[in-house]
Amino acid sequence: MKTKWTWAAAAVAATSMMANAQAGTLEGVKSKGKLSCGVSTGLAGFSQKDEKGGWSGLDVDVCRAVAAAVLGDANKVTYKPLTAKERFTALQSGEIDMLSRNTTWTHTRDTSLGLNFAGTIYYDGAGFMVKKELGVKSATELDGANACIQAGTSTELAIADYFRENKMKYKAVTFDTSDQTRSGFESGRCDFLVSDQSQLYALRIGLKNPAASVVLPEVISKEPLGPVVRQGDDAWFNVVKWSVNAMIEGEYQGVTSANADGMRANGKPGQKRLLGSEGDLGNKLGLSDKWAYNIIKQVGNYSESFERNVGQGSPLKISRGLNAQWSDGGILYSPAMR
Amino acid sequence: MNVPQNQASTKKVAFFNNPANRAVIYQALLMVGLGYFFYTIISNTLANMEARGIKSGFDFLWGTAGFDILMSLIPYEPTDTYGRTFIVGMLNTVLVSSIGIVLSTVVGFVMGVAYFSHNWLIRKIATVYVETFRNIPLLLQVFFWYFAVLSALPSARQSLSLGEAIFLNVRGLYLPDAVGEPGSGVVYAAIAVAIAAIALLRRWAKRRQALTGKQFPLLYATLGLLLGLPLIAFLLMGMPFHWDYPALKGFNFQGGITIIPELMALALALTIYAGAFIAEAVRAGVQSVPHGQTEAARSLGMKEKQIMNLIVVPQAMRVITPVLNSEYQSLVKNSTLSTAIGYPDLFTVFVGTTLNQTGQAIEIVFMTMAVYFVFNMLISVAMNLFNKRVALVTK
Ligand SMILES: N[C@@H](CCC(=O)N[C@@H](CS)C(=O)NCC(=O)O)C(=O)O
Repeated sequence: MKTKWTWAAAAVAATSMMANAQAGTLEGVKSKGKLSCGVSTGLAGFSQKDEKGGWSGLDVDVCRAVAAAVLGDANKVTYKPLTAKERFTALQSGEIDMLSRNTTWTHTRDTSLGLNFAGTIYYDGAGFMVKKELGVKSATELDGANACIQAGTSTELAIADYFRENKMKYKAVTFDTSDQTRSGFESGRCDFLVSDQSQLYALRIGLKNPAASVVLPEVISKEPLGPVVRQGDDAWFNVVKWSVNAMIEGEYQGVTSANADGMRANGKPGQKRLLGSEGDLGNKLGLSDKWAYNIIKQVGNYSESFERNVGQGSPLKISRGLNAQWSDGGILYSPAMR
Repeated sequence: MNVPQNQASTKKVAFFNNPANRAVIYQALLMVGLGYFFYTIISNTLANMEARGIKSGFDFLWGTAGFDILMSLIPYEPTDTYGRTFIVGMLNTVLVSSIGIVLSTVVGFVMGVAYFSHNWLIRKIATVYVETFRNIPLLLQVFFWYFAVLSALPSARQSLSLGEAIFLNVRGLYLPDAVGEPGSGVVYAAIAVAIAAIALLRRWAKRRQALTGKQFPLLYATLGLLLGLPLIAFLLMGMPFHWDYPALKGFNFQGGITIIPELMALALALTIYAGAFIAEAVRAGVQSVPHGQTEAARSLGMKEKQIMNLIVVPQAMRVITPVLNSEYQSLVKNSTLSTAIGYPDLFTVFVGTTLNQTGQAIEIVFMTMAVYFVFNMLISVAMNLFNKRVALVTK
């Protein structure tokens, strides 16, 4: 009887102490000495694990960039693989410090989930992959077909719109992970796989026989992918936002991991400001002067990361397209670094 | 409860020392404490959510869902509301759970009785079945049926077929559907009449046996009514049905009834898993009936089948029923493994996709828990009623 009452009292006391904990993520990461970053469960080019357990990819590089900026070491990251369905809850609950998992920036997600998108690192759009043997040349021939889709994605909505627009019918077969989605497509459970184009290329090279499938020309939606943080923590939001910008600006200014040291010492004013040998941009973020220098030195500028992970230096061989600098015909543009 | 009254009559006790009063006070305190506990949790959560800019409330149920659902027992389009996705998911949960409950009971009883078979092979099959499927995690079994067995079936264009009427391929099982024409209502009515007649007949036969000891061939009468009445109606109305055969049109089979592989895999896994536990319960139930009962029945000259039906099973049911109750409840809860293979039940559709598209985790999880809670309460109430009927009546 006594213990029961003690428990009850403790429970009541604990309840009234549940304060509105809105921790400062930046301080948290600094004091932990580690960044906890949510990534995919495995998606070639964006976030994938190698045999040794190391993570790589464009999304992973964003985590690494933030760790380099905040902790001075791009390797101080704990990766947390998440399915599409798990990702927002993991961020909301504070299990991860940031989410970098090919996540589309949408109005609803930005406004109603208590989250903020800290930029776009890849401009994408949803598309279709079909088996060649079906002889389908265009998405408009897919009336009545079955679609393999990953559950909890913006793709689920994009495809519904597209089929409605074109007065066609489809059946959605949903899966939790991209591996399952792919094997559903391979086994013939569905006629086509629908996902962001970049991910179609990534999934395609994972097929047993990639040559037997094609990606159709249609792009049916806007899928700007970028890192996400919790709303209401502006200091941290700024850190992630400007870490991404530093990579983009690095490329624009011609700063690479190879020449960063030289440019820090005697580059143009803009390069020096970015690399922290002039001005106090780092200080304004609550970081060291070398924040962007560390990013570019350890992770590389945007172009280096892109080519290594999804571009010509990777099996995906995706061309820059929309993801080129604005000065090269793309739409990549960092706000002014001053 | 009698004790305090006795004391009170002999000696006057202080208000606080009266156990009855104390009980009331403690209960009241506990209620206040609990109320405070939940009030704080709820108001804290709401305040925290608002501070973090997370939307709350149930308005989202009227918003347009905008995504497709693989299978629905009621008409559903992506233009329908999130509220409707809740209903669609719930009905699919009811479907797979009901199939699982009925089939696992059949499998469980057959396998449980097979333990006592005189045939060595049948006995061994029952043992191996129970020992194997009871000891493999259910999720693994779901994966096995879905990814190993059903995914290996041929593609739609190379379907296995039975008389060009039934087709089986990687996208499911396609069966012909009997479509009613005008007049088919009479046949359905005949089925209803047959069922009612059977119920009456059974009561009458029971009463007569109790009074006179005469038995009535109930099994044949039941079968005769159930098949005969509808058949007569069917012929009289000029066979008011035609078959709608599934046929390959475009990418998929159209027409007839489609049973998607996600449903097959989940129903199979649930049936086989729960069936193994039920078989164990049936075995234990039968063994709990003292051997003397069987021997006594035998010496009265009863046939083996009668001994089983009239002596052993009614007594065994007292042991089996409580286990059935908890097995059925587990089955309903286990049906949430649907999400691993994308069977569109409440958990996959509502807690999966709807939650993800709206972000309203608290409301959605709360609604879903309420549904599973109600389902299990219903099962519990039904099984308790049944238990009362089979329980030992002490006179
Ligand atoms: N960009 C879309 C789709 C993201 C998505 O989950 N795509 C799948 C491709 S099939 C994926 O990356 N899966 C990886 C995983 O499950 O970890 C979104 O934000 O909703």
